[in-house]
Amino acid sequence: MTPRSLEALRARRDAGGKLLVPYLMGGMSEDWVDALQAVVAAGADAVEVGIPFSDPMMDGPVIQEASVRALDRGATPHQIVDDLATAAVGVPVAVMTYYNIVFRAGHRRMARSLSAAGVGGAIVPDLPLEEVGPWAAEADDAGVATVLLVAPSTPPDRVPRVCARSRGFVYAVARMGVTGERPTLGADAVEVVARIRGATDLPVCVGVGVSTPAQAAAVCEVADGVVVGSALVRRLLEGGGPDAAGEFVGNLRSALDGG
Amino acid sequence: MTTVPVPMGRPGPDGRFGDFGGRFVPESLVPACMELEQAFAEAWADPAYRNRLDAILRDYGGRPTPVTECFRLSERLGARVLLKREDLVHAGSHKLNNVIGQALLAERMGKRRMVAETGAGQHGVATATAAALLGLECTVYMGETDIERQALNVFRMELLGAEVRPVRSGSRTLKDAVNEALRDWVATVDSTHYCLGSVMGPHPFPYMVRQLQRVVGDEAREQCRALLGGHDPDVVVACVGGGSNAAGTFAGFSETTARLVGVEAAGGAAVTDGIPGVLHGMCSLLLQDEAGQILEAESISAGLDYPGVGPEHAHLAAIGRAEYDRATDEEVLAAFRLMAETEGILPALEPAHAVAWLVREAGRSVPSGATVLVTLSGRGDKDVAQVRDLLAGGTA
Repeated sequence: MTPRSLEALRARRDAGGKLLVPYLMGGMSEDWVDALQAVVAAGADAVEVGIPFSDPMMDGPVIQEASVRALDRGATPHQIVDDLATAAVGVPVAVMTYYNIVFRAGHRRMARSLSAAGVGGAIVPDLPLEEVGPWAAEADDAGVATVLLVAPSTPPDRVPRVCARSRGFVYAVARMGVTGERPTLGADAVEVVARIRGATDLPVCVGVGVSTPAQAAAVCEVADGVVVGSALVRRLLEGGGPDAAGEFVGNLRSALDGG
Repeated sequence: MTTVPVPMGRPGPDGRFGDFGGRFVPESLVPACMELEQAFAEAWADPAYRNRLDAILRDYGGRPTPVTECFRLSERLGARVLLKREDLVHAGSHKLNNVIGQALLAERMGKRRMVAETGAGQHGVATATAAALLGLECTVYMGETDIERQALNVFRMELLGAEVRPVRSGSRTLKDAVNEALRDWVATVDSTHYCLGSVMGPHPFPYMVRQLQRVVGDEAREQCRALLGGHDPDVVVACVGGGSNAAGTFAGFSETTARLVGVEAAGGAAVTDGIPGVLHGMCSLLLQDEAGQILEAESISAGLDYPGVGPEHAHLAAIGRAEYDRATDEEVLAAFRLMAETEGILPALEPAHAVAWLVREAGRSVPSGATVLVTLSGRGDKDVAQVRDLLAGGTA
């Protein structure tokens, strides 16, 4: 299978659309692939699928809980990638995991198995610019886009270098801290997006703390899109199932399209 | 791949000791690690910083600590046993050497709050102590399992003005406390210094903490030479969890011909049983499964209950400059009692691993008549209640 490229996001942005990228945790429930299909049907432009890691340092309580559930169910990177291959998701897929999962599998083996499963992107948050080289080279070869993050703390002179190494889109971290729902958007988000804009033509998607349709719409006043994780995963943890996931993503979609 | 030219020199510019080390942190923390690297380099080269550090460790911490010759234990084991007495440092362990250095650095960087992880509580107590001394705020993350087995240390930290936050994720021990401290640091990095307790984590921590702990080895080397007519000990032994007291001790002897031995807990022997991986910002040897999920270490010693090891130890093992072995819980309890009965010293359960190794190896890989320096990294008062329960339970 040729991976479904994250390049589709740029085309969609150029056509005037706002990008909606929901996140959910691979293997967190029996019906996680149904939930994935439901969010795609509800209007996701791409999906981010977590591969659980025992020590998710960048994640808050909701994603941690989802990781624990997935691991307790016996989820493995191999099985999740297999499920993604079978699911034949209709939009680009990026996996999100921690570097030890990639390191243990081996760069080449992981890049090729993602590519073979049709996965077009990878986000590895504990692999910053200085360390990303060996993985990113293999990922590039396999046609897997390595998405890098820019944080509120990233110095202005570093932003262009991070953006130059990023593929698919640039992930703008809305606030300092771990993933999780927040009552308000960080004031940093606008500033981070502006810095990235000055450095690249790649789409800019904002994540970490984007929790509601209203927040998503507000962020997209400046950004090209949003990544929404904890707010969606919480609904699944609470037993909402694919229907609740689809409904929530549908609301996000309406908010982005209505503005 | 950059390599270290001499054992225990500077890491390469990418923070590598051979193949190990590095800086595997989220982008949000990269600038803070870079700032810390530069601040430490400047401070370490600044006589004003060094003088103040030395003065506090001397006048407040009680340095230099003595090297004690163990006459009765030596007779029992048939080897000449010397102890580097870090149990006599203020607050009860070698941890103070590191935290005073980092607290002064936090002050220099204008950060008024420190977060720390702790396993046995020794590093938490030391950090709380340094924070009280310098008037800094202090938050300590501690696994719920460790809070139960180290209740007195929790109360000590609170008396010293620190807030102890229980960690309920994962194995609820040291590994999870590190995760939680890192999560706090990501959100508070402008105002907060992460006072990491061992020679682990992202660059520059493994190097910085080793430099702050090398006072143990540098002092011990001079003291041994005075005792041994200008000679070095044949064997130098220290316990290894993350590995800070061992790194500090080995740093003083890496250029001698002494045999360097790190002793891990049998249930958390990352050097012996681990394979390369990346956790807590570093590439090192880790206990993990075939998918890369980190396994839980298990030991009676909360301070050694860690599934990884500092990257420089992984490197020293790879190049053969140091060797690593393990001690079982049973051997450790027996060594704890032997040290108490023959020398009148209650060691912490962590350095009791080093003693246990020596008890086992004396007459075997440690030949009769050899001179052995053991770093006694902390005192055992914190462990007395636990040892009582273990002995009553018939574990030993």
